[in-house]
Amino acid sequence: MSKSVRFLIPLIIFGALVILLVIGLGKDPSKVPSPLIGKSVPAFSLPELTNPGRSVGDEDLKGQISLVNVWASWCVSCRQEHQALMALSKETDFQIVGLNWKDDAQDALAVLRMSGNPYAMNGYDPDNKVGLHWGVYGAPETFVVDQHGVIRYKHIGPIDRKIWEETLQPLVAQLKAEGA
Amino acid sequence: MPPLLKKDPLINMSRVIKSLALGALLLIGSGSVSAYTLEEFQFDSPEQQTEFRELIAKLRCLVCQNESLAGSQAELAQDLRNEVYRMMRAGQSQDEILDFLVERYGDFVLYDPPLKPSTYLLWFGPFVLIGIAGFVVVRTILAKKRAADEPISASEQERLKALLDNSPDSPSSSSRST
Amino acid sequence: MIPELGHLALIFALILATAQAAMPLAGSLTGNRPWMTMARPLAYGQFVFVAIAFVALVEAFLTSDFSVLYVAQNSNSLLPDIYKVSAVWGGHEGSLLLWALMMAGWGAAVAAFSRNLPLPVVARVISVMGMVAIGFLLFMLLTSNPFERLFPVPPEGRDLNPLLQDFGLAIHPPMLYMGYVGFSVAFAFAIAALIGGKLDAAWARWSRPWTTVAWVFLTIGIALGSWWAYYELGWGGWWFWDPVENASLMPWLVGTALIHSLAVTEKRAAFKSWTVLLAISAFSLSLLGTFLVRSGVLTSVHAFATDPERGLFILIFLCIVIGGSLALYAWRAPEVSEGGRFDLLSRESALLLNNLLFVAFTVLVLFGTLAPLIYEAFDLGKISVGFPWFNKMFLALAPFLALLLGIGPATRWKSDQPWRLTKLLWLAFALSIGVLALTSMSAVSGDDLWVPVGIALAAWLLFSHLIILRERLKHKQQGWRQAIVADFSGNGRSFYGMVVAHLGVAMFIVGVTMVSNHQIEKDLRMSPGDSHEMAGYRFEFLGAQKVNGPNYRADQGHFLVYRGERQIAELFPEKRSYLGGGMPMTEAAIDAGFFRDVYVSLGEAVGGGDWALRLYYKPYVRWIWLGAALMALGGAIAVSDRRYRTARARSTAPAGAVGAKA
Repeated sequence: MSKSVRFLIPLIIFGALVILLVIGLGKDPSKVPSPLIGKSVPAFSLPELTNPGRSVGDEDLKGQISLVNVWASWCVSCRQEHQALMALSKETDFQIVGLNWKDDAQDALAVLRMSGNPYAMNGYDPDNKVGLHWGVYGAPETFVVDQHGVIRYKHIGPIDRKIWEETLQPLVAQLKAEGA
Repeated sequence: MPPLLKKDPLINMSRVIKSLALGALLLIGSGSVSAYTLEEFQFDSPEQQTEFRELIAKLRCLVCQNESLAGSQAELAQDLRNEVYRMMRAGQSQDEILDFLVERYGDFVLYDPPLKPSTYLLWFGPFVLIGIAGFVVVRTILAKKRAADEPISASEQERLKALLDNSPDSPSSSSRST
Repeated sequence: MIPELGHLALIFALILATAQAAMPLAGSLTGNRPWMTMARPLAYGQFVFVAIAFVALVEAFLTSDFSVLYVAQNSNSLLPDIYKVSAVWGGHEGSLLLWALMMAGWGAAVAAFSRNLPLPVVARVISVMGMVAIGFLLFMLLTSNPFERLFPVPPEGRDLNPLLQDFGLAIHPPMLYMGYVGFSVAFAFAIAALIGGKLDAAWARWSRPWTTVAWVFLTIGIALGSWWAYYELGWGGWWFWDPVENASLMPWLVGTALIHSLAVTEKRAAFKSWTVLLAISAFSLSLLGTFLVRSGVLTSVHAFATDPERGLFILIFLCIVIGGSLALYAWRAPEVSEGGRFDLLSRESALLLNNLLFVAFTVLVLFGTLAPLIYEAFDLGKISVGFPWFNKMFLALAPFLALLLGIGPATRWKSDQPWRLTKLLWLAFALSIGVLALTSMSAVSGDDLWVPVGIALAAWLLFSHLIILRERLKHKQQGWRQAIVADFSGNGRSFYGMVVAHLGVAMFIVGVTMVSNHQIEKDLRMSPGDSHEMAGYRFEFLGAQKVNGPNYRADQGHFLVYRGERQIAELFPEKRSYLGGGMPMTEAAIDAGFFRDVYVSLGEAVGGGDWALRLYYKPYVRWIWLGAALMALGGAIAVSDRRYRTARARSTAPAGAVGAKA
């Protein structure tokens, strides 16, 4: 190594550091990817929110595509995405399954009464029993589960038009094509 | 609305300081404040108690900015503490508990990443860098032994002396010729 | 009106900084003396205007002017006055202003205390400091203006984060920033030397006192932060390896290497290009730390309000300052001669090894801090790197540093004989082996090796430095006491500073090993009247009552602590709810002692007057901060060395006479 090249090393290291930081600036460090992607949904059984006699379980997530939406009445941004979910509930390619997380049944039902119910069914999980197995760490989160009950994607944060059109809709279409 | 407000993360979690957390919290709620002490987790033996403490100190609270399960007051941290406690009481080993959490939350929960191929970079990377630096240093020292002696030059000596001696705005400014 | 004046003052400061960056440097390159002499007045002027802006912001806080957005976000009319002042740097914008104030202050200090420096050198140094100041002033004015108005004016401010309402944290940031920014002086000297092509022993002598002073501030700042975390966060920890802590540790580690490397450059004109690189790195890491803390690329417990625009601005600023100086380094450093010959066994080698170890520590901290980012950037998964990793890594290297630290100061410059060193140090070595044996035997559990090792290493440092001291004084005729006094008031300050700082390291090692291995921590539920025994102390809980503070309400517990039958302390831990909202804060009550702290921290009421609470017994925990204080004291003693003092005393005295010439 020639002598003058040696003195370039600090600059080169710094350059690499800058590239790393530029990449870092574009990422959100508070988002944690789920290790459950590509795995079957964890076995569970929960009482249905609106109809406590019934239960919701992993079997209900097989046979068709599901969006499993983690929500709670105390969660501000869940209310933000509620309208988007209402719109999506009219589509027939998939069902929306709610996971009512760390919530109070009365409060949750009040929200559904006031703003409408986009969910085909709703697991009631006040103590984070099932949420823990799904690796839920906040609300809202949305899992995309395919026809075989395998988790294919996890979205953290509220669903809006952009997220739906750019990420979720193409994924649902792809899953549908796989299934057909 | 009082019950809703009580749980509203924006109001209760201001401890999760005004970082980007604020941005994140707009999106993600995780419930309210919970216990601060670990008094409720009692074990039969002090050893188990210590083991529990050490274990939860090494686990990351996911919703917090950078706090361990032992130190966090977030509700999710309490849920996970409960789960770890339950598993320990059920006689499960540390490894089983760690595997359980990693399967659900990923390596991110571990403050002490295990040694495995994907973490070789983390555990050995710095030592490779330090090794290279050490090699350069040793070579420098060995080379210095053979190098020709080049003591502080006469003019440098003079300037150093000028610094010691009384000479405000020293003449060294004019004698700067080397 | 006053906030607008502050804003205006910042703009003036920016204009002056621009002139300060350009004129003196241009003058030094073209030999234009009048332009060079502008350096000092411009540096003073910039300082005056930044100070005006700072005072304006303080005024806005003291008068609770909530029409200023920053004041409304970080203050409250109920806040005690002292915290109104410290709230000035409680948030992003104000802390930047504090940073800018200190930057300008260091510039003015260089202008004032550089009378014996050649004018072109002063001109270049002040120019470089002006360039850095431009960056910070622009950053503030473009993205983070602390004087931004808010309309409509809220009736009440949101309040300062309760965690920051504390005396320790009121003075921690100023100390820390004094250190960070202080390294800009060493940086400016290095850049000026690279520009001028004159890197020599004189350069090292000029930079040395500045570097040491900055290092002293940084040491105090970090120690204060650690102390604050210990008593304020309520979990009794003193270091968590959080990115923000690491951001302050990295410049400290490199700064420590720099102090030692400067010694070689000054005494032996060796390692010149290496020393320059360290000087650039110390300040660069301060800037990098600022970026990490304020850009939001990393998750940290105490990150500032962040947004990507700010992050991008700092990143561009980093590229210009660090990239530019490293490019200058790559261009100019190859021409620098590498100084004198030295043997394998010599002070030079020892200091080079010291540098290697400190740089290795820095690499560890930097790597560990950025590893999550590296993993994410290359899609290797999301990982956390926390205290277990850092502790293991540091413990792998720290013993070598301690061993070397006992030998290095005993070695001679240029060349030393192994036999001489052996004869000198064998006693210290034998004694510390004795200490190792004794402590291993008396170790109660026996399964932990670190306590005996740590104590033996500390003993090794103590004994070897005593021997080094004796060696230094052995030819003196007087008794040892008079000899030390004479030596100390003579030429020996650097030496004694070194000894004190190194003994601080020994003290730090004892503190860390003892508290890490022998602390006791208990979570309990206690009813009024209950007693609990722990580590030979009996804690009696008398109950809790409501108390009101100026801007909070609190539950205050009342404890008596007994040692045997004797009451040794009365403790009042609190659980506070601030009126401004937020989580309840624990205010731990600590009975501090030289050999141990006992620490009570109130958890939550669990009904019937019972409380869940936490008790700690922390042996030798004070030694951690006392050790750091000794290190800082050692630095301060070294700076007062006659070499620097004479130059300074004589240069400040006839300042008027020189002023005419300047």
